[in-house]
Amino acid sequence: MTERRRDLPWHDLTRALGFLRPYAAPFAAALLSLLVVTGATLVAPQFVRALIDRGITGGSRRWIVLSTAGLLSMAIIRGLFSFLHGYLAEKAGQGVAFDLRNAIYDKLQNLSFSYHDRVQTGQLMTRITSDVENIRTFTGQGFLAFTSSALTLVGTAVLLFWMQWLLALVALATIPAIFLVLGLFVRRVLPLFRGIQVRLSALNTVLQENLAGVAVVKAFAREPYERERYESANRELLNEGLKVVRALSSTLPYVFVIANLGTFGVVWVGGERVIAGHMSLGDLVAFNTYLSFLLVPIFQLAFLSSALSRAGASSRRVFEVLDAEVEVRDRPGAPDLGPIQGRVAFDHVAFRYAGQETAVLEDVTFEVDPGETVAILGTTGSGKSTIVNLIPRFYDVSEGGVLIDGVDVRDVTIKSLRSHIGIVLQEAVLFGGTIRENIAFGRPEASQEEIEAAARAAQAHDFIAELPLGYDSVVGERGVTLSGGQRQRVSIARTLLVDPEILLLDDATSAVDAETEARLQLALRELMKGRTSFVIAQRLSTVRLAHRVILVDRGRVVGQGTHDELLRTVPLYGEIVDTELNRPVETATVSEGAA
Amino acid sequence: MRGGSLESIARERQAVASPRRVLRRLWAEIADFWPQYVVIGVVVVAGALATAAGPYLIGRAIDQAISLSDRGALARIMMMLLGAYVVGLGANVLQFRLIGRIGQVVLARFRSQIFASIQLLDKRFFDRHDAGDLMSRLVNDVEVLNTLFSQGIAQTLGSVVGLVGIVVAMLVLEWRLALASFLVIPLMLLATGLFARLARRAFRRTREAIGDVSSDIQEDLGGVKVAQAFNRTDLNTERFRVRNAANRDANIGAVGITSAFTPVMDVLGTVATAIVALYGGWLALSAPPRVTVGVVVAFLTYVQQFFRPIQALSAFFTQAQSALAAAERIFDLVERRPQVSDPAGAPDLAAAAGGRVAGKVTFDHVSFAYDAERLVLRDVSFEALPGRTVAIVGPTGAGKTTIINLLLRFYDADEGAVLVDGVDVRSVTQASLRAELGLVPQEPFLFSGSVAANIRYGRMDATQEEVEAAARLAGAHDFIVSLDEGYEHEVGERGGGLSQGQRQLVAFARAVVRDPRILVLDEATASVDSRTEALIQHALERLMEDRTTIVIAHRLSTVRRADLILVVEEGRIVERGTHDELLAVGGRYADLHARQFLSATPA
Repeated sequence: MTERRRDLPWHDLTRALGFLRPYAAPFAAALLSLLVVTGATLVAPQFVRALIDRGITGGSRRWIVLSTAGLLSMAIIRGLFSFLHGYLAEKAGQGVAFDLRNAIYDKLQNLSFSYHDRVQTGQLMTRITSDVENIRTFTGQGFLAFTSSALTLVGTAVLLFWMQWLLALVALATIPAIFLVLGLFVRRVLPLFRGIQVRLSALNTVLQENLAGVAVVKAFAREPYERERYESANRELLNEGLKVVRALSSTLPYVFVIANLGTFGVVWVGGERVIAGHMSLGDLVAFNTYLSFLLVPIFQLAFLSSALSRAGASSRRVFEVLDAEVEVRDRPGAPDLGPIQGRVAFDHVAFRYAGQETAVLEDVTFEVDPGETVAILGTTGSGKSTIVNLIPRFYDVSEGGVLIDGVDVRDVTIKSLRSHIGIVLQEAVLFGGTIRENIAFGRPEASQEEIEAAARAAQAHDFIAELPLGYDSVVGERGVTLSGGQRQRVSIARTLLVDPEILLLDDATSAVDAETEARLQLALRELMKGRTSFVIAQRLSTVRLAHRVILVDRGRVVGQGTHDELLRTVPLYGEIVDTELNRPVETATVSEGAA
Repeated sequence: MRGGSLESIARERQAVASPRRVLRRLWAEIADFWPQYVVIGVVVVAGALATAAGPYLIGRAIDQAISLSDRGALARIMMMLLGAYVVGLGANVLQFRLIGRIGQVVLARFRSQIFASIQLLDKRFFDRHDAGDLMSRLVNDVEVLNTLFSQGIAQTLGSVVGLVGIVVAMLVLEWRLALASFLVIPLMLLATGLFARLARRAFRRTREAIGDVSSDIQEDLGGVKVAQAFNRTDLNTERFRVRNAANRDANIGAVGITSAFTPVMDVLGTVATAIVALYGGWLALSAPPRVTVGVVVAFLTYVQQFFRPIQALSAFFTQAQSALAAAERIFDLVERRPQVSDPAGAPDLAAAAGGRVAGKVTFDHVSFAYDAERLVLRDVSFEALPGRTVAIVGPTGAGKTTIINLLLRFYDADEGAVLVDGVDVRSVTQASLRAELGLVPQEPFLFSGSVAANIRYGRMDATQEEVEAAARLAGAHDFIVSLDEGYEHEVGERGGGLSQGQRQLVAFARAVVRDPRILVLDEATASVDSRTEALIQHALERLMEDRTTIVIAHRLSTVRRADLILVVEEGRIVERGTHDELLAVGGRYADLHARQFLSATPA
């Protein structure tokens, strides 16, 4: 699709309206109800006329009672259907919002790591709340009012033509002008509304960061700075809002005036015609009455054009998320990865982040046997985590290939691939919910025994048992506060429970104390038996777990082998050993035990 | 001070405030705009008059020009009509602009106010509240108020003006009929009261439901990588669907109530018409007629016009219910008083410490609990002299980070006192206390912006040279310059291509550039490899010479040079001394040391 086409509001808007399709039935019923309401509103004056003409003026009590009863029954019918209209329209609108939110959520759950690295939480939150809300307002009540206004407009126009074609021409001459003004208006405010949503996102990003990073803000006493940051984002949003106010105030009143000029023309031209004897006064009066029916939908359309522009601007932003490319996805017709032995091979792998020139990994080649434990060692930023992230396809390689049992990971389904891999990430992210639910995260059907066994193996059982509610303690913002080390142990238990063939431990023991680490390592050693394991090591202590070490420096593998081999052959390894062993325990000698 | 959770529950209960109180609060926020409201009132009246003039002039054109075949009169009246339209145009332009402006300005002010009051709240509050729900209050609830301010008020003003005119006309014309038709007004008020109560309850549910949805998204966005790693995305989606559906249903339910309201008012309005028709008809048809037919006819028109503004008002009323529910949640936040706050007239730390802060940190019999159930710190006492390093070691969950949190005054001690240079931290301003502290937190939080901006967060006026020097010292310079845009590389809360270790180094540089009197390191290098850590250690030694350093570390390598080592277990200091002293004692520290000695040795 070309840029030009995308710039028109209709494209995104019609797509958003497509979300109404599942709610066609309530929408149609709401429209029908609205027509009934309109009909009842049009009929009611007839009862009033009968009441006046036949009842009061005509002196008939019977007619007074009858027409009053008619009036009341019209009101009841109107009430019933206007309730239906309001309720059903909301049902359709809320349905659209529900589906949109689900679609966005779904999409976000499946977008690749590279996407999530880039976007800001505040941005996404704005789209899934405020933008969806803008679309809802229009697709529900708004679009319905739009449709019924358009129908009324056409209907009245036909009626007017049928009554007096010449006067109808005069009255309708204003309509192209009105649509021109409205069209220009939409064109002008659409970018403004887009601007508003962009500014709102920026504002929410500041807010979000202040909530998530409250400790840092407070610790650095940066409240005044953050306040100014928020104020300036708020000011920008206000300015954008005021621009819309100016656009509205310099457009909509003109639409009203143009519409009124139609009446003006009709009365004058019609008046002249009556005076000239071409038509009767009664005809003119009747025509003028019906002309007012033409004005109502025009005014309504004018008001709706603002809601329409807002929804158009927001649709674009929502579809930007829905259309974001999932960079890592299943090849069409990719088979599942069946039972595996767990041989992992990197074949001349290079990796760079999207849009970045600098390669994070270059020409990485190695092979790991089933059941082997490999430690990946290197300085901070050398690419250790990246290597591990390529195995479950959190990112795809830029060059080369990652193979499991000789199969390129890109040739099988992601789901099946990841079901063979257990991961402990650097950041131990737990979810709101009980500890039990968190441990059973990867296997919700696990039994209490299995959960406890996993917790024990992860050295987490003891502290969990000490909590007042044990495994049913709720973690997170509304529950117990766990220390970094405790969270990490829960996350290790979570991985243990999945019982994967390939295990990725990304610096899993960094935040636990020496005692816990020692116990954890015992458990991990047990766990790693029979699994292919990668351990990202910040320290040599972790290397103890491994059969073999892959030493990474600046994105390249600079050595691989056992501790002794590396010590002999790779100078960097010797340096690392020196720095670590010299400082903490000068007297220590390297024990030469086999792994 | 203790038992924050109970207190907050009690407050939550209280939060369900009377609508009158919320309205008064709302009015207080916008009261100082009253001159603008007067102007708006004038403009609205002018607009209403101009609008009413249209049909009147057209009627005159028909009666006094067309039916008399007076072309000149027709032209004159048409010119007057044109004049009325022009006046109406002017009034409309002004009305749109003024009302729109006030709405926007009031909202902007609301946002600032909420943000400012959130900033004042203490860490305990943030421990207990979902960030997503707070976001929702600032985003969605303010948005609801927006609708009220930008649309509701204009319509209501116009309606009220019209209503007053009609009521007066009716009473003047025929007071008996007027009073009879006003009979339905108590019914209308009753219905309004009933619906308002129902609607507000329903809308409160919608505000809570959207808050839940926001919390869900917020949390799941943070954990999306884990969810993907565990193949949990489908289950998450299902869970989200439930909350999302609850939000949808709450909204549909609320609209069910408000959609029923308008028809009820409509029917009641028609009942008034019926009263006029029946009573007026009876009066007119009685012999002798007690009212003229013309009066009854006019009345019927009035009654119908009378209830149109009432309907507009009732529509506004439902909108206001939603806004009230939102305002309630906002004020609940704004009116919260932090448990940690600056005492009135609190001096700066420097002033209280006699001009310059030396950096002596004292914990004097400090006890603390996050909640009433569990003491986290028990009777902790120690002193860190200026220029000295105190290391805190112990198992996870022992209370090490809590000690730091009290020094930073994120929380206040329940018993005992935390002193800097002999001054109780509770007696000075928080900003002046924290100005002397440089924290490297366990989890390195970075803001969206460049790497340089993140380092500069420590000290806003740091030059580029100072930023780079700090980065060098923190061992971050090398990797930063290898990024595509170097120091201008954009990072953010969610990654931006930096590993955890790299983020930790940036956080380290941020504390270094601050040049604080007291450096606070909470597992500052946990995700950093040992070689980089050793380099930082080396560089730090010079830096630490003339400032107080409090360091929490699991690696004993980082603590062994400390002047004082505290071993903390279950909230108590169980051992204290230098590395050598503690090894000689052969207690817990020696134990830990032996284990690490073992584990540091590659197999």
